Amino acid sequence: MAASDYLTLTEAEAAFLQAAADTIIPADALSPSASQCGVIDFIDCELAGPYGEGARLYRDGPIEKGKPEHGYQLGLTPRDFFADGIAAAEAWTQARFGRSFAALGETERGEALAAMESGKAEFAGFGAKEFFEALLTIVMEGFFADPYYGGNRDLAGWKMLGYPGLMADYQAAIETYRGKRYRAKPRSIGDFA
Amino acid sequence: MVTRLKEVDAVVIGIGWTGSILARELTKAGLRVVGLERGKMRTPEADFALPFIRDELKYHVRQELVQDPALETLTLRHELSESALPFRRFGAFMPGMGLGGAGTIWNGMTWRFLPFDHELRSRITARYGKNAIADDMTIADWAMRYDELEPYYERFEKLCGTSGKAGNLNGEIIAGGNPFEGPRRSDYPNPPLPPSHAGMLFENAAKSLGLHPYPTPSANLSREYRNPEGLVLNPTLFCGHCDRFGCATNSKASPNSTILPVLLADPRFELRPQSWVTELVHDTASRKVAAVRYTDMATGEEFEQPAGLVALCAYPFTNTKLLLLSRIGTPYDPVTGQGAVGKNYCYQVTGNVAVFFEKEEINPFIAAGANQMNVDDFNGDNFDHGGLGFFGGALIFAGPVHGRPIAGRMTPPGTPRWGRAWKEATAKWYSRAFTIHASGANFAHRANYLDLDPTYRDALGRPLIRMTYNFRDNDRKLSAFTTAKAVEIARAMNPTILGMPMPRRGDFNVLPYQSTHNTGGTIMGEDPKTSVVNRYLQAWEASNLFILGASTFPQNPGHPPTGAVGALAYWAADAIATRYLKTPGALVPA
Repeated sequence: MAASDYLTLTEAEAAFLQAAADTIIPADALSPSASQCGVIDFIDCELAGPYGEGARLYRDGPIEKGKPEHGYQLGLTPRDFFADGIAAAEAWTQARFGRSFAALGETERGEALAAMESGKAEFAGFGAKEFFEALLTIVMEGFFADPYYGGNRDLAGWKMLGYPGLMADYQAAIETYRGKRYRAKPRSIGDFA
Repeated sequence: MVTRLKEVDAVVIGIGWTGSILARELTKAGLRVVGLERGKMRTPEADFALPFIRDELKYHVRQELVQDPALETLTLRHELSESALPFRRFGAFMPGMGLGGAGTIWNGMTWRFLPFDHELRSRITARYGKNAIADDMTIADWAMRYDELEPYYERFEKLCGTSGKAGNLNGEIIAGGNPFEGPRRSDYPNPPLPPSHAGMLFENAAKSLGLHPYPTPSANLSREYRNPEGLVLNPTLFCGHCDRFGCATNSKASPNSTILPVLLADPRFELRPQSWVTELVHDTASRKVAAVRYTDMATGEEFEQPAGLVALCAYPFTNTKLLLLSRIGTPYDPVTGQGAVGKNYCYQVTGNVAVFFEKEEINPFIAAGANQMNVDDFNGDNFDHGGLGFFGGALIFAGPVHGRPIAGRMTPPGTPRWGRAWKEATAKWYSRAFTIHASGANFAHRANYLDLDPTYRDALGRPLIRMTYNFRDNDRKLSAFTTAKAVEIARAMNPTILGMPMPRRGDFNVLPYQSTHNTGGTIMGEDPKTSVVNRYLQAWEASNLFILGASTFPQNPGHPPTGAVGALAYWAADAIATRYLKTPGALVPA
């Protein structure tokens, strides 16, 4: 395998994530695609950092399968969760489509993600639905978090919403813009730091 | 090896709202007070500064100011017959950690409970008959009435500079306030915040149904205010970063903005951060807590701090855990109903419904944590419960808390969660939707309680608190009824699209955020057999131990709890300063 340009992702993982993230957030008139907005760099940084290493995650055993209402009950750090999850998703995609996820066309990628989301896809030894939820969550985080973290490049996510970001002083606006759309060029931490 | 330190007058465990208030009042009474805080030192200047504090990923999503579950969490089982599993991350609620505790990261809703809430069992029995309350509903009266607590509610509001509109001034009903509230001696220290557009839509709809809307009593201030501690708070910017954030502009009342600058400058107070209390050393002969043992989390050193007076001011889970670990009081047994420590754990029964408007602009990012319009018409016993099959009710309210882009996006029912259709719907509805919430009471149930988990341990090797908890019959009926009322108000707004009504169904789930309103475990009462503390929040088992906070609530009403938590802290502090310090000993004969 070729050496990766990423902090922690392998090239294969990055290729999967790029194809999946760009299916979740495709380029259109509203914004560039997730990867064009830096979402893969965001995921790489998050998984390489304290979050990926399991910071603020209680990991003591015994590890047991709980009810859905118990939330996350695996012993894996987020970094290992994505490593195992991507490998399982790729294996399932190979078996189902005969190609890697990144080699699928747009329609097939959509079908594959929908099968994971609904639970119709069954990964070997890994929860497809749980993987999809984590994937969707981290892609959305990358698209909408402050660009400080590498995603949401050019504030594309905030522009799509019309979210003005910082500094957020609306003392007058709460009355002057009541019932009228407040619009401002969005600004992020980097504009002030 | 444990280093034994020199005795001090008082040790306060946990420096959040109750610990800050009590430590301040004790130092004013002349005592030398040590504050043991498990979290880190925090100051608004260093820790809540712009622009970095307005970082949704760090503070909202990764929960930087919330208790770190890797160090200490709790476990959940729904029924006695099951084994519990740990909350590996926090989701449903967000206990605080660090100087200021959960008081740093709250939204600022500052209610007084209804007079009914303080006399719950008596009033239900009086109105609905002796047999109205099911055997497994272990609800109880508070150990003091609303009118006794009223001056202390007022003190907490003055500390916070609460912005609101009185509804009942000395018995006179005031238009525009909450007509169901208990009589107040004075109006709020500051006028209410200007309503949001969503709040006004809710207000008009509620009025059209003959209901009584009023603004949230808010610790986000409407104007500059100097509190009785001499500290200045600023008017809110409506920046939309209250819950889970520290306030950059001192516009949200918190321990950090209303008391701690004075307390930390007082030579009679010594703060010891990163100090994890492991045990209250109970001297059963004298029925006193002789000392407090703690571990310095920076160095691992263990200390024993003797003290004349000990106040347990942590969150309900920790208050209960320390009593159980220290073997103070009798642990509650859900089978026999005997014992009181861990009894009557309660939560909040929440429901909601979203509304979408093609032609309205909500600007959800222009928001303060406690700026909603509310109705109390279906809360407490403000409506006839005859034939309904449940007791209690919910505060129903609307008005955005924030429009933060990771967590605050709304789309109509049936919208895909990703792809082009998701993008279109998200862009279209982001500023044209909001949620109507029902914050419902949770009445104590015999099988809902806290004890020590037999399996899972915290970072110091101590058992985690195990929560045995589920929504019960009363909760599900209450939630169905009050969510239906929220839907009636929603319909009266004539929205383009009405969201899916979301009453609390199914089992308690640790994932979706519901509220950080966890109560009980060390409840107050008049009988040492069925309660842990007396009406002055003094432990029955140790006369120099006072236990403060929502852990003393016998059950949880519909209104958010912090106003009552603050009032009880002043009430207990007053009893200590004016009575206990003069003649130390039990303030109520056991």
